[in-house]
Parts: sequence; C-alpha cells; structure tokens
Amino acid sequence: MNQPLRVGNSPGAERPDQSDLHMREASLDKLKAFLTLLPSMILVGVFVYGFIGNTIWTSMTDWGGTGSMSLEPQKNFVGLENYIDLFTGFLGGGFRQDLVNAVYYSVMLLAGAVGLGMFIAILLDQKPKGEDLLRTIFLYPMSLSFIVSGTIWRWLLAPQGGVNVLPKYFGFEPLTFKWLSSQSAILVFNWQDSLRILVYVAAFVLIMVGLFKLKKDAGRAVKRWLIPGIVLGALVWVFGGILPDALFMEEEHGFNLATLGIIMATIWQYSGYTMALYLAGFNGISQDLRDAAMLDGASQVGYYRYVAIPMLKPITISAVIILSHISLKMFDLIFAMTGPDNAATGHPALNMYLTTFRGNEFARGAAIAIVLFLIAAMFIVPYLVGQYRQQGRH
Amino acid sequence: MSARKFTLGSVFLYGTLALLALLFLMPAYMATVTALKLPADISLPTAWEWPSVVNWASFSDALVKLKPDFINSLILTICGTAGSTVLGSLNGYVFSKWKFKGSDVIFTLFLFGMFIPYQVILIPLFQTLRAMNLYGGLPGLILAHIVYGLPITSLIFRNFYSQIPTALIESARLDGAGFFSIYLRIVFPLSIPGFVVTSLWQFTQIWNEFLWGICLTRHTANPITVGLANLAGGQAVTWNLPMAGSILAALPVLAIYIFLGRYFIRGLLAGSVKE
Repeated sequence: MNQPLRVGNSPGAERPDQSDLHMREASLDKLKAFLTLLPSMILVGVFVYGFIGNTIWTSMTDWGGTGSMSLEPQKNFVGLENYIDLFTGFLGGGFRQDLVNAVYYSVMLLAGAVGLGMFIAILLDQKPKGEDLLRTIFLYPMSLSFIVSGTIWRWLLAPQGGVNVLPKYFGFEPLTFKWLSSQSAILVFNWQDSLRILVYVAAFVLIMVGLFKLKKDAGRAVKRWLIPGIVLGALVWVFGGILPDALFMEEEHGFNLATLGIIMATIWQYSGYTMALYLAGFNGISQDLRDAAMLDGASQVGYYRYVAIPMLKPITISAVIILSHISLKMFDLIFAMTGPDNAATGHPALNMYLTTFRGNEFARGAAIAIVLFLIAAMFIVPYLVGQYRQQGRH
Repeated sequence: MSARKFTLGSVFLYGTLALLALLFLMPAYMATVTALKLPADISLPTAWEWPSVVNWASFSDALVKLKPDFINSLILTICGTAGSTVLGSLNGYVFSKWKFKGSDVIFTLFLFGMFIPYQVILIPLFQTLRAMNLYGGLPGLILAHIVYGLPITSLIFRNFYSQIPTALIESARLDGAGFFSIYLRIVFPLSIPGFVVTSLWQFTQIWNEFLWGICLTRHTANPITVGLANLAGGQAVTWNLPMAGSILAALPVLAIYIFLGRYFIRGLLAGSVKE
C-alpha cells in the first residue's frame, strides 16, 4: 500500500521502484490470465473429466429398471458385471454384433475416405480448369448434417429405386441389392473364438510391422517384430485350443452387407474432408522440391508415391484420428438411414442410446459408453501425447 | 501439366473429375427432383426423372412443419456459437500469450474433450441438467454446446494468436498496458478473421448436432435435426416432404459454405492440422 507514495516522494529511487511496480503488475497480469482461464478449466474439468469418471462409476452399478428415472435413483455397486454381461452374457449378442459392425465400419470408412480423398486431391493438384468449382462440389457434403444426408441416402438406396435403377439408363439390368435391409453377412466368425482371433490379429500386426521395417533395419525388424509375430501366430495355431472360449455357446458375427450403404454415404460425406487436408498439404510443398524430384526423373506417380505422400504423414495421421473418431460416434447417420433399432446395421453408439433412454438401463448404457470411450482413447491418447511432446520441442 | 494440350493424360484427368463430380452431386439432384414432385408423381422406377409438374408446395408444407424447430435451432446456434467463441478467444489468448507453468498440459487436457465420443458424458449430462432444472429446454442445450465447444474454439484461437508476434505484446506491456487492455486494444482487433473462422465452424457444428437434441430436449425445444428426423421417420412417408425439409435444414450451412467456404475450410484445417 505504501509503494506508490514512496515513488512520488523519492524521485532518485524511481527506476528500481518502477521495475518493482512492473514486476507486481506482471504478476497481477499473470493472475488475471489464470483467472480468465479458470471458468473454462472448471467447466471442462467437470463436464469432461468429472462426467467421464461419473460414467465409469455408473457402469459399475446396477442402476436401471423401475425407479431409475428418479433424480436420486437407487444404485448398488456390482463391479464389472455389466461389462462381463456385455461381452459374454446371453443378452449381449446384439451389442457384440454392433461392436463387430463398428470395427468393419471404421476400417472401411478409413480406407475409403482416405483413399478417395487422396485420389481427388492428386487430381486437383494438377490444377485443372475449374478447380475452385470442383473443390466446392467435393466438399459440400461435409457441411451437411448427418440427418440431412441420411434422409437423402435412405431414399437413394430404396430397393427398387435410386441407385439400383441407375444402370437402366445405360442399358443394363437394374440392381436388386437390398442396401439397407440385406440379411447376408460375409467374413463370419464365431464369437467363441474371439480370443484366438485377437491373438492372430496381434501376430499379423507384428509381422506386417516387421516387413515394413525390413528395409530400414533388417536385424532389428526380424528380432523385434517378425520372429515374435511368427512365434505368436504358430503358438495359437498349435495350442489355440487351450485358450478359453469367450462364450458358452456358438454365436456368429460378421460383416453385415446392410451396412455397405451406410459406409458408402459416410465416404461420400467425408472424402471431401480428407481431400481438403491433402490439398492444403500439397500446396504447402514448395515448387522447387517438386521440380527437383521431376529433374531426378521421378514420374508424376513417383512424385506422389515417394515424395509428397510420405511428407504428408502428419496429415494422414490427423485424418485417421478424426475419421476414426467420427466412425466411433456414428449415430445420426444410422439413425436417419435405417432407424435406431435395426439389428443388422446397429452400432454401439446407437445401442447406448436405446439401452439408456428407451430401456432405462442406465448402468448398462454407461458400460457401452465406456467401451466406446476406451476404443477412442486408444487412438487419441497417443496422438495427443505426441502433439504435446512436439510443442515442447518448439 | 505445363502445356494444356489434348493429351491422354488430360482426357483421363478431366474425365475422372467430371465423373466424380457427377457422383458427388447425385444426392443433391435426387433431393431437389423429389422435393419438386407432387406426392402422386413419386415412384421408385422414375425417381431420377425431372417432374412433369413442378410442385413448390413441398417447401412451404415442410416449412410449416419445421418452423418451430428451425427457430429453436437459430436461437440455439446463435447463443451457443457466441458463447463458445468469446470464451475460446479469451482462452486462446491465455494459452498462447500468457503461458504459465502447466498451461500446455491444461491445453492438451482441453483438446482431449474434443475427441471423446459424447455418449460417455451423456448420462451425467442428462442427470446434471435435470438437477439444474435445465433439462428439456434450450438453455441446457446451449450450455452443453458452449462447454463442449471450448476445446475446438480454444484450439483455433490459440493457433491464430500464436501468429501475433510476441514483441508486439511485450512493447505494449512496457507502455504499461495490462492483460485486458492488451487484449482489447491489440489482440481483439487483429482477430476478426479468427472470430469469423471459429464462429462459422461452431455454427455448422451446432446447427448439425443431433444426439443431444434428441436426448436432452422435449418436443417444444427440438432443434431442426430432430424435427427433420421426425418428419422423415415413420413408414408411410411421402418423400417430397422429407426431401424439401432436408434442403431447408441444409440451407443455412450450405449458404455459409458456398459464400464463405474459404473460412469454413480454414476452420476445418485448424481442427486437425496444427500450425
């Protein structure tokens, strides 16, 4: 409180006092900065982290059934019962098929949207006439809501119309595929074998990574990836029978062909997004580098294959993260295209909604939500940690 | 592509692009054609054909049904966009120019909120809004959109403000400007493009949102996406109405996209590629 007075009284000591004042102002400003951020920190803390914690707790209770809609519902701790029930219980079959759907769905969406988006971006990178108009055409679906695009696609995929009658205009027979109501499935497997299949997938990934790294460091690739992968694969093949069955009865799940239409609609909506990402990336590559690659004898294809696409790896990673996020919360589009309770095209995100808000089984819905969340976290946490480390380096 | 000659390569290029463009426009064409038909003229085998009689009444009929939802969505979107954009701007200012110990960690923790599947917070959100007496109406939905919009808006503004030279801030501080006066006099006037990008992004996101709309609002507060889903749901629909409704529901965001597409793309890129 005395500080300002002293400044006025002793002009000789002005400089140190003033810097002292600056220091105090600076720390006051820092406090103001912190206080500005504080409300948002509290909101995000409660609404994101607090709520996730709450849902984890809910998933370990028996909240549901009658009386569940009261503000203070009765909840008893039941541990992991809901999860065990979802994965191995008699009534969890629907959820398990939804989970299988979600996996196929994510893989196909990623391959389709990244592939098509990259392809269009390469075409537009040739600077054709009308590039602006074309870019607008490829990107407009992205601005629409899933309910709008879902409604339109439902009509486009009607069994005796839409896409199916298109071949007629070119002199062919109309298609008869039941896009959204087909009951056929391919790549069917028995849920009892799911543990064995998981180990096979792990072995396959190890071998693929090993083959991929073979060129860079052959010794390490063989030792770290290839041999463990082959050994793991061989072990399950020989001793797989020892692994416990994941279910007490046979239950078949596969890739339901009815989801093809939904995948198609999502690719239509989101390949423009990956196109925009890659196009921005291509534009960021200097013309000099491109000319140099051409001088070195790279063909058009070679330039993209060996120079441009590898340079844009961060963009590919971003696209994969965003698209897998979108495919995991896929709710609106399926709701609009086949309704919320179509078994063949189900998805955990829809199942969660139906279980919670139609069936009032809150604990079970929370468990489904946590499964979704954990799958999402598998992709996102490494990505965010990587981003954070990168910030530190700059 | 040095010379624009009539080569095999350019035939392939333009041919493929034209074909792809047609495929991408197909749903828009189908929606328009169907919306313009009389209900009696709509049949599956002739779905692609241009209507013999153009029927504009589908649009006015759909508008009558969707009008309350449309107004709800307008209120919701404007309030949600304004709230999350203003807060995001302040957060971005702190995250980029007033870093303190741990602020980068907090920023990363913020970003995480952008990537969670919203099912994981739906039940506590539902319970909290009920306890706050906000369930069912627009204010609760606005609150949700503001809070869960914070990660993306903070991210866009942080990246935007990191382009403002720190020297500019430093010299203002030496002139005696404090935290808020630097924001008001220097940072805010420079960030109008940032506000445009962020609010366009938030506008489209909130306008298109469906999950919270259906789980957290009662009939009278339904946003347009829920209204459209109700209009299109049910078995015996005459397809001209849902198609006209889809076009109406898409118009605001489509207009933004067509006229301000540049900014929309910048928001889209800001959400995925950093700096």
